[in-house]
Amino acid sequence: MDINLDFIYGHLPYWLFIILMLSGLFIVVSRGNLIKKIVGLNIFQTSVFMFYISIGKITGGTAPILLDKSYSNSDVAYSNPLPHVLILTAIVVGIATTSLGLALIIKIREEYDTVEEDDIQKMDEKDLMTYNKKNVLEFKS
Amino acid sequence: MKHHLILKVITKFMVGVIVLFGLYVQFHGDYSPGGGFQAGVIISAAFILYGIVMGLKNVQKVMPVWFAQKAAAVGVLVYALTGVFSLIFGFEFLNYHAISPEHPKHGQHYGIILVELGVGITVSFVMIAIYYSFAGRTPRLDDKEW
Amino acid sequence: MALTLNHLFAVIMLSGAFSLVSAMLFVVMDAVDVAFTEAAVGAGVSTVLMLSTMALTVRIQKEKKKPIILPIVVICLVGILLIYGTLDMPNFGAFDSPAQLHLGSKYLDITYKDMGIPNVVTGILASYRGYDTLGETVVVLTAGLGVILLLSGLKGRKNKE
Repeated sequence: MDINLDFIYGHLPYWLFIILMLSGLFIVVSRGNLIKKIVGLNIFQTSVFMFYISIGKITGGTAPILLDKSYSNSDVAYSNPLPHVLILTAIVVGIATTSLGLALIIKIREEYDTVEEDDIQKMDEKDLMTYNKKNVLEFKS
Repeated sequence: MKHHLILKVITKFMVGVIVLFGLYVQFHGDYSPGGGFQAGVIISAAFILYGIVMGLKNVQKVMPVWFAQKAAAVGVLVYALTGVFSLIFGFEFLNYHAISPEHPKHGQHYGIILVELGVGITVSFVMIAIYYSFAGRTPRLDDKEW
Repeated sequence: MALTLNHLFAVIMLSGAFSLVSAMLFVVMDAVDVAFTEAAVGAGVSTVLMLSTMALTVRIQKEKKKPIILPIVVICLVGILLIYGTLDMPNFGAFDSPAQLHLGSKYLDITYKDMGIPNVVTGILASYRGYDTLGETVVVLTAGLGVILLLSGLKGRKNKE
């Protein structure tokens, strides 16, 4: 593997997708607001899709819709259709699961009256403490 | 949303066009970009637009909640029954040659249209049902607070 | 931008715009079907759902300084590992990469002979990978059922209590 300008140009798209993915991951890890976390997950997801599609791309190729009816004796290059199929279904499943996450956020907000992660954690700890205290008292008596 | 007259007029005009375009994407998906997934999302987007602008009650007159929730399952049923159909006629599951054995190409074509129809029905009604369950809850914000 | 903004409305709108831009990127990379879906889903339905969630919860993120050193270390590690992984990959757009040589060109070859339709993506989606798509449809239905159960099921029970 020799690192020259050609290599860098050829790999720059992958690196850009990885940076985009990392920014999505950063939002998920560092922000406490649950809606923002979902937005971060969306960015993460979309960058993975971009990465998949970029693997199937051929320079100078065109979309995989056949121009003349036979592939073997044509001189048109088509990009690989297989990643497109996988990602097409993944996007729709992604929105369905995202909406499930949003529904969970709404339920959390109704239960805890907040969507901030650390507040929820504090309330959970408090609940656990009172629960434990009650149990200890019952055990003693 | 009581005072947005332009939005209401444009929405009334656009909903039909969007649904028509969705149907085009659905049934012309073999020849141009498109298919069940895209068409389902586009058709549901038409209903969601109508619901946002005209209010939830009006869109639920057109598309009742129970209908959206039950029709979502019908799509999967259409898909699976296409597979069972070919099982009954002695082919593999989802082998569309069974639909017209003497013309396998035609069979494939019909099979793809049926399957994409099932996908489109499921996706569109699931999206509409999801939108209903989100919008059916009373929000904490007034219109003015935006 | 989505990192520093506290107004969730702006964050959600930016994420919708990001979806549109990524749809354009998909067109540039020859994935017209995917771009179609991303434009309809990301900019349309997903933005609406996030906005309605925001209307039901909060509009403004709580301002709080969280320690960000640990997340930065974590994503730097992940990034270095991922970039190390790409070093062995073929160049972007190479016609002789392993991904192009086997299955993709075979599908391009046989789709028209088998089915007589020019859109290879639809052919693979509905026929060659029919099982896959059946599973994906069931997943979409299940997620929808989950949302319906979560958001509209419990209301009646609470009222009875």
